[in-house]
Amino acid sequence: MVFLIRLQLREDYSNLIFYLSPLVAVALTLFFGSFIFFILDLSPIESFKIFFISPISNTYGISELFVKATPLAIIALGLSYCFKNNIYNIGAEGQLTMGAIFGGGIGLLFNDSTSVFLLPLMIFFGAIGGAFWATIPAILKTKFNTNEILTSLMLTYVALFILDYFVVGPWKDPAGYGLPKSMPFPDAGRLPVLIDGLRVHIGVYFALIICLITYIIYSKTLFGFKLKVTGFSSKASQYAGFKYKNLIFYTFIISGACAGLAGLFEVSGPIGLLYRDISPNYGFTAIIVAFLGRLNPFGIILSSLLIALTYLGAEDAQLFLKIPSAVGFVFQGLVLFFLLGTDFLNKYKVFIK
Amino acid sequence: MQSIVEFKNIFKSYPGVIANDDVSFNIEEQSIHAILGENGAGKSTLVKILYGHVKPDSGQILINSDLAIINSPSTAKNLGINMVFQHFSLFESLTVAENLILGMNENISLTKLKDKSKTICDKYGFNLNLNSPISSLSVGQRQSVEIVRSLLNNPKILIMDEPTSVLTPDEISKLFKIIKNLVKDGLTVIFISHKLEEIINLSDYVTIMRNGKVVSTISTQNENPETLGYKMLGYKVSKVKHESNINFSQEIFNIKNLSTQSKDPFTINLNKIDLSLKKGQIFGIAGVAGNGQKELMEILLNENDYEFSGDIFFKGFNINNFSTFQRKSLSISYVTEERLGHSAVPEMSLSENIFLSMNHKSEFKKGDFINFEKINSYASDVIKNFNVDTPSYHVKAGKLSGGNLQKFIIGREIMSNPQLLILSQPTWGIDAGSEAFIKKTIVELSQKGVSIIIISHDLDELLEVCHQISVLYEGSLSNPLNVEDINITKLGKYMGGLFD
Repeated sequence: MVFLIRLQLREDYSNLIFYLSPLVAVALTLFFGSFIFFILDLSPIESFKIFFISPISNTYGISELFVKATPLAIIALGLSYCFKNNIYNIGAEGQLTMGAIFGGGIGLLFNDSTSVFLLPLMIFFGAIGGAFWATIPAILKTKFNTNEILTSLMLTYVALFILDYFVVGPWKDPAGYGLPKSMPFPDAGRLPVLIDGLRVHIGVYFALIICLITYIIYSKTLFGFKLKVTGFSSKASQYAGFKYKNLIFYTFIISGACAGLAGLFEVSGPIGLLYRDISPNYGFTAIIVAFLGRLNPFGIILSSLLIALTYLGAEDAQLFLKIPSAVGFVFQGLVLFFLLGTDFLNKYKVFIK
Repeated sequence: MQSIVEFKNIFKSYPGVIANDDVSFNIEEQSIHAILGENGAGKSTLVKILYGHVKPDSGQILINSDLAIINSPSTAKNLGINMVFQHFSLFESLTVAENLILGMNENISLTKLKDKSKTICDKYGFNLNLNSPISSLSVGQRQSVEIVRSLLNNPKILIMDEPTSVLTPDEISKLFKIIKNLVKDGLTVIFISHKLEEIINLSDYVTIMRNGKVVSTISTQNENPETLGYKMLGYKVSKVKHESNINFSQEIFNIKNLSTQSKDPFTINLNKIDLSLKKGQIFGIAGVAGNGQKELMEILLNENDYEFSGDIFFKGFNINNFSTFQRKSLSISYVTEERLGHSAVPEMSLSENIFLSMNHKSEFKKGDFINFEKINSYASDVIKNFNVDTPSYHVKAGKLSGGNLQKFIIGREIMSNPQLLILSQPTWGIDAGSEAFIKKTIVELSQKGVSIIIISHDLDELLEVCHQISVLYEGSLSNPLNVEDINITKLGKYMGGLFD
């Protein structure tokens, strides 16, 4: 006999559960995570300690947590504009890369500069680079009605190849033993750190400022209202007289600029030069961060810290438990899976007959 | 001849509305039986009951004089009842044959199925290539796939819900030929429509429904569109509350020679529409649904830059290229047919829904910031003045009943002091109390000098509140009729497209 599953939209799904479901998802992730440790013949409790506690048990670890959380938060905050507007920009990784190329390019161009204006200029161009790369899918969508998920994703790989071209070609460090990397940026082009000897940098402030601005935009301005209405119903948005095409551009540009900013912060902060692998998939992971934070600016800050922890935990797990660091991505995937699952069950009733 | 289906005292109610009220009639074997009625008359509910899609509250259905309990579409199929829906359910990327095999209950090989389908296609003249993907087919061909899919189940009875609404005239005449041949070979066809001419051309019998009740079941032999239209509309009493002979002088809004030329088969092209509206006048646009109302409303609202020729003037200005936002700023207000998700967002609070439509007003904004205080006080005024039953303006719009929400929406628009108010189906699907309140409000508004256009399928409503009525038929708008001298025969004729 056929196994039938029937879904029924809940008339009245709970708002409370909507905000609680990230916690449920995290709890389920931990539960299934311990199961994974268990079948790998590791003690779940011990493994959890190594994965989630020991990475942040000293100041260096906490600094590293912020180093990882900063780009995630900045990108996710930008993405929330798109997602609220029902625009699925999946290409933040590419926009991040373009930001690094534009901003980093400025740093290489003025590589003997000592001016205090160099860093602001790099930051500015970083944002411009990301915004520029995000404008392409926006144009394609508004002019040719292409699917932004595909175009923004494909453009990510284009951006990575462009970076590749520069670091093995024109921008290759002549004193770099032929390695595919650029010269280091001049000191004036490096992002100041907050505490000497640690890597946490002033990008943290940027993340917090962007968070506050985003909160104000979402809750108090006409632009935020437009995004909210459009997210709920595109017809109602037309009725209100909002121009959807303009909103597509604005949201793409904002999220691209944020991703570009994050990219520039990575290369001018912790890395200090341009090379191939500037980002451990921050642009993609930020998608999870944005949804786990319920597209709420404060929620995103919290979820960025949590997801940053999976990066650190994975490194420690590789070191001490001798398991591949990809387990970090497994955890990220689990969180997203359970989040989507709880959202789905909150929205629909399931009948099996 | 013998009755193949007998409806006995079918009764079905939904909250606030009785869809089928004591429906009884018989359908003769091997006949084409039309069910005619205005929107909301209960036609679709009735056939969905027959197809097992909807459960009646009470009543019986006899198939070949035996009591049939039809709990689900699959029981219906076992009884030989199949249905072709108005909206197709085909997989775009699969081929015709693959779609056909998905609809089969029995196990059959693809080659066998292709043979069988080929026989059916050849016999009845369906022009289908079984190996083409659905995405490459025209709407008419897609419908053919749906019909062939039904025929593969060897049905005795085929229900077709508004099958012609998406077809071109050429495709319609082909379809009619096919239906007639199918009936010759023993099938019984139940055909839902509100197009009078079609029913007379195609069907043997027609059951006319009004407000959930059967008005009569008659042979179409001695009928013409006029007489059928009269029966469909019933005897409508005009309860005009205006002083008659008001002299409207100042023209506020007019449409000149408005036409559209869309290639989209799902839209009706408007044909040289002229309309003139005076200050303080209520103008009704009547007509059966699907005759261009949606398209006309779309142009009046201008949400999607819908292409048209001709001109629209408001107070002497050509507003052809004015966006929705600009039109609202000129004090034209709109209430759309769909409440939830169009003129209101169900997930947002009532105050937010005020701002939805009033965001062009500077009083609600300080620069780019929203002035929530002003909006909230406007919202409480609307709730108070228009008897909206809700504890507060923080309540989400989706929590309100249809009538309450409609009062809120109409109140929202009226409180902004429009000079022209355009309403589409203002009282559709709402309770009688709210309906009466809204009608009264509209009439009072016109007395204050506001001009109003009402697009509605509900003739009673139009006759009750309007000064003038025109009928929209297949994209053409009739000359305006003064409500005082409308007679129902003339209106019936107009509804069937018989005007100059």
